[in-house]
Amino acid sequence: MLKIIIWTIAVVTVLGLVLALVLFLVAKRFKVEEDPRIDEVEKAMPGANCGGCGFAGCRAFAEAAVKAPNLDNNYCPVGGNETMAKVAAILGYEVKEKAPMVAVVRCNGTCEARPRTNNYDGFASCKVKAALYSGDTGCSYGCLGCGDCVNACQFGALSMDPETGLPVVDQEKCTACGACVKACPKHIIEVRPKGPRGMREFVSCVNRDKGPVAKKACANACIGCGICAKTCTHEAIVIEGNVAYIDPAKCKLCRECEAMCPTGAIHGVNFPKPLDKEAIKERIKARQQKAKEEKKDE
Amino acid sequence: MSKNTFSIGGVHPHDSKISRGCAIEQLPLAPTVYLQLSQHIGAPAKPIVAVGDKVKVGQPIAEPGGFVSAFIHSSVSGTVKSIAPRPDLAGIPQMCIEIAVEGDEWAPGIDLSDTLVTAIPEDNKAIVEKIRLAGVVGLGGATFPTHVKLSPPPGSKCEMIIINGCECEPYLTSDFRVLMEKGEQVVVGAAILSQVMGGVPCTIAIEVNKPEAIAHMEEVIGKLGYKGISVMPMKMRYPQGSEKQLIDAVMHRQVGSGALPISVGAVVQNVGTALAVYDAVQKNKPLVDNTLSVTGECFPRQANLLVRVGTPIKYIIDYLGGVPEDAVKVISGGPMMGKAIANLEASTLKGTSAILFLTAKQTLRAPESGCIRCGKCADACPMGLEPFLLQRLARANDMEALEQNAAQDCIECGCCLYSCPAHIPLLDIIRQAKGAVLGAIRARAAAAKAAAEAK
Amino acid sequence: MSQLTISPSPHIHSKDSTTSLMRDVVIALLPAVICSFIFYGWREILVMGVSVASCVLLEWVITKYLLKKPSTIADLSAVVTGVLLGLNLPYTTPWWVVFIGAVVAIGVAKMTFGGIGQNIWNPALVGRVFLLVSFPTYMTTWKQPQGLFGLDAVSGPTPLGAIQEGLLSGASVQDLTAAYNYRDLLFANLGGSAGEVCALALLAGFVYLCIRKVIKPWITLSIFATVALTALIFWGVNPARFTGPVFNLLTGGLILGACFMATDYVTSPMSLWGGVIFGVGIGFLTMMIRYFGSYPEGVSFAILIMNSVVPLLNRWFHQKKFGRK
Repeated sequence: MLKIIIWTIAVVTVLGLVLALVLFLVAKRFKVEEDPRIDEVEKAMPGANCGGCGFAGCRAFAEAAVKAPNLDNNYCPVGGNETMAKVAAILGYEVKEKAPMVAVVRCNGTCEARPRTNNYDGFASCKVKAALYSGDTGCSYGCLGCGDCVNACQFGALSMDPETGLPVVDQEKCTACGACVKACPKHIIEVRPKGPRGMREFVSCVNRDKGPVAKKACANACIGCGICAKTCTHEAIVIEGNVAYIDPAKCKLCRECEAMCPTGAIHGVNFPKPLDKEAIKERIKARQQKAKEEKKDE
Repeated sequence: MSKNTFSIGGVHPHDSKISRGCAIEQLPLAPTVYLQLSQHIGAPAKPIVAVGDKVKVGQPIAEPGGFVSAFIHSSVSGTVKSIAPRPDLAGIPQMCIEIAVEGDEWAPGIDLSDTLVTAIPEDNKAIVEKIRLAGVVGLGGATFPTHVKLSPPPGSKCEMIIINGCECEPYLTSDFRVLMEKGEQVVVGAAILSQVMGGVPCTIAIEVNKPEAIAHMEEVIGKLGYKGISVMPMKMRYPQGSEKQLIDAVMHRQVGSGALPISVGAVVQNVGTALAVYDAVQKNKPLVDNTLSVTGECFPRQANLLVRVGTPIKYIIDYLGGVPEDAVKVISGGPMMGKAIANLEASTLKGTSAILFLTAKQTLRAPESGCIRCGKCADACPMGLEPFLLQRLARANDMEALEQNAAQDCIECGCCLYSCPAHIPLLDIIRQAKGAVLGAIRARAAAAKAAAEAK
Repeated sequence: MSQLTISPSPHIHSKDSTTSLMRDVVIALLPAVICSFIFYGWREILVMGVSVASCVLLEWVITKYLLKKPSTIADLSAVVTGVLLGLNLPYTTPWWVVFIGAVVAIGVAKMTFGGIGQNIWNPALVGRVFLLVSFPTYMTTWKQPQGLFGLDAVSGPTPLGAIQEGLLSGASVQDLTAAYNYRDLLFANLGGSAGEVCALALLAGFVYLCIRKVIKPWITLSIFATVALTALIFWGVNPARFTGPVFNLLTGGLILGACFMATDYVTSPMSLWGGVIFGVGIGFLTMMIRYFGSYPEGVSFAILIMNSVVPLLNRWFHQKKFGRK
């Protein structure tokens, strides 16, 4: 009995040693020289492998970041400035702070606002639907409502609101990776700066139809009337293809455009106070009056 | 019973050719027609008229925008009102020429008489040019410009012309009516095509559910006495009318993946195309009208109509009594490959073959359940693909495996979805994947070409 | 009609649905079920009733309360499993043993993998084999059929069991098989589990399924062919030790297994050649277990073993693609 035990132990030990030697030699022989900083950078990454940076995953980003001469073209939107500071420290590069971003849904074609003209009876995918026809309403630019963006989001930041039929972004969970932007065949979702204390102003419509057509299709549509652009004193709004766009870099969050928009297509979020339309309109009127008088004086 | 059919897969949906007895009637002219600039495969045509111009029937109003493109002729006489985007039947804006109809004056040189012209001109080049100038495109569904098909690339040789009279889709009867009422013209058209391709034999393939048409065509061929034209009765099976399947059925040759029919020596033309070729070559008449079936069990006024291209669909439906109360879906084309119409204001195209009404019970899909791996989709697929596998790969977005399993070969016939007992939207998903795979293949080819040029 | 419905093509669908296919399988099994009722009487009705009811009930409970998904009992697949399990058990099986079998079949073999279409092994067979291993007494104490209104049954082994025991005690196959004639085997006059006794009724169901195009015959036929061929070879070499082809085709659960269990969509290969290899494997393994194994019957094990190979067969064998080599 004892003999068997001793033999067993001996055989297993020898076997272990031989295999260890083989493994050691193989590891030595086939070792790939790799910059050790790649591992360090990868460790600093959030590890979501979402592809938001434009690379196949966090490892690919780390490899690219180590290779690149600076960090200008490599930015992890998910980890944000905090992660990038760590990466910069590892690589000895300078870090460029970027404003935190968030996904914004630029369609407010709620079930109420957009009368239905068709019913869809196929595979519930925006892509399939978009390839087939213009959509269930008169608006051929708006949200199709099948939730491709929700499925694309790895962070659970998007959900469909059954009431409006539109996706809703949870700004706490959103990492601005941009997966939803790619998933949306109608290009409704945009990644925009979060804004100071989350305050931001945007046009919630991408309808390029002429005013009356857009208005008929959806009560909340931007009709491209241009009042907002005329009102804006910061030249932050451009009208292109019958739809307004607010440049977040120029917008000063004065909310004048929002107050003046005849269809309510301009949305302001996270402002501490509700929008006082009348007060702002008064203010604009006074300013315009003053400008007129100044002009006369000249 | 004929045994002639393709070798893999296929289904047999119910026949439902309920409008087969309706003789072709001429639809009165609509007050306005809208001629879409891209109603063929290839580059859209470029308008050659301006707003305010007076046009006559058969006058060219748009010229080809490239090699694979086609002329578009005014289908009415009147004034050009606008050249602007207008929602097509999917609701997507497309450039259209709007013409307000005034009278019915035809352009000079068009022979409108009923006399059958059987003598075929000798100059083949001139014939192809005439077909090109008449804007003839394939009327079997793909609307591929016919003159391109008749100019095979150098090195390839045509051995047989197949005239596709299968009409394997349920409900459709327009080709059948054309065979019955204009069989002579179709045969002359077939003879022209066969002469152009070098005097090759010509087979008119007709499914056995149309015995009258088979008998009639045999009689006409005997009467007209052209050499090398014959009728081949085909077993009823969908998608027999698909180009690749039809060549397999008639010639027992399989066109390779991504290859053209000419690679196995075949050129396939639809019955309607043969008629259009006759009109263009013998009568000088461009493609300004086509025959379409208006049908469906719930539609009381069945009809086969001769309709001017560009007629608003709503005008046709209203002429026949309006959309029936219990119809939930209006389809342009047959129930297997036709497109659901989202916008009834849209106009017909050269390739529109039918307007079909289906009720909720006939068409609404049952809820999807789990795949039971019965393999019925694979049995049904005429391309020998495995739809259950492709849809799984597509959902996992595995592009490499999709290409390996030939997702790009899918002909979108719908047999898989038709036969799936679990009602899985197989084709919806595979069609999407096919597009992505084809895109990847094209991108790769373009990159390879660029690399070769760079060297 | 105010709103148009839009969907991708095709716009029509065949009449087939999962439910209709399963209904056809149930219809195909009915002759065998009725036969077993006639031969075995009310106790068989009890076994079958408990089996079907508990399978359906378990699937409903599991989908509703554990998976919290819409119930799938309407597709009748649980009924099929229940009937097959019932046919696989001796009519003397106590009701609570049948229930345990159903728990294993539906709960373990089917729903654990994700429900219909996801399971690797045939649920009814997993249930049966579980019982065979766990409750051998109940599962192997066969009684001669007593009939719906018949006399008291006599305890006795199945033909295969009798031969195995006989061989162990030194008798030759010829002596042992002399007790059975083929007409009895075809018309179910022998001991066995319900589904093992009426070959003709089962074959009628098989023909019905083939005509309705619910199943394709090649799996079944290749099983029969392999069993016959293997038996022919061994029997030809040593008729004293090995039983012959006809005896092997008609006894045990071979017909039930080959017609209804091996052809189960979910657990069989989809391609022609995959199916043939699957069938050959089942036939060969069955014969090996029968001749050399310690169990007298091997169909269940053979099918379960080959079920495990199906994913590989599906990977290796594909349909011929159009215009490709």
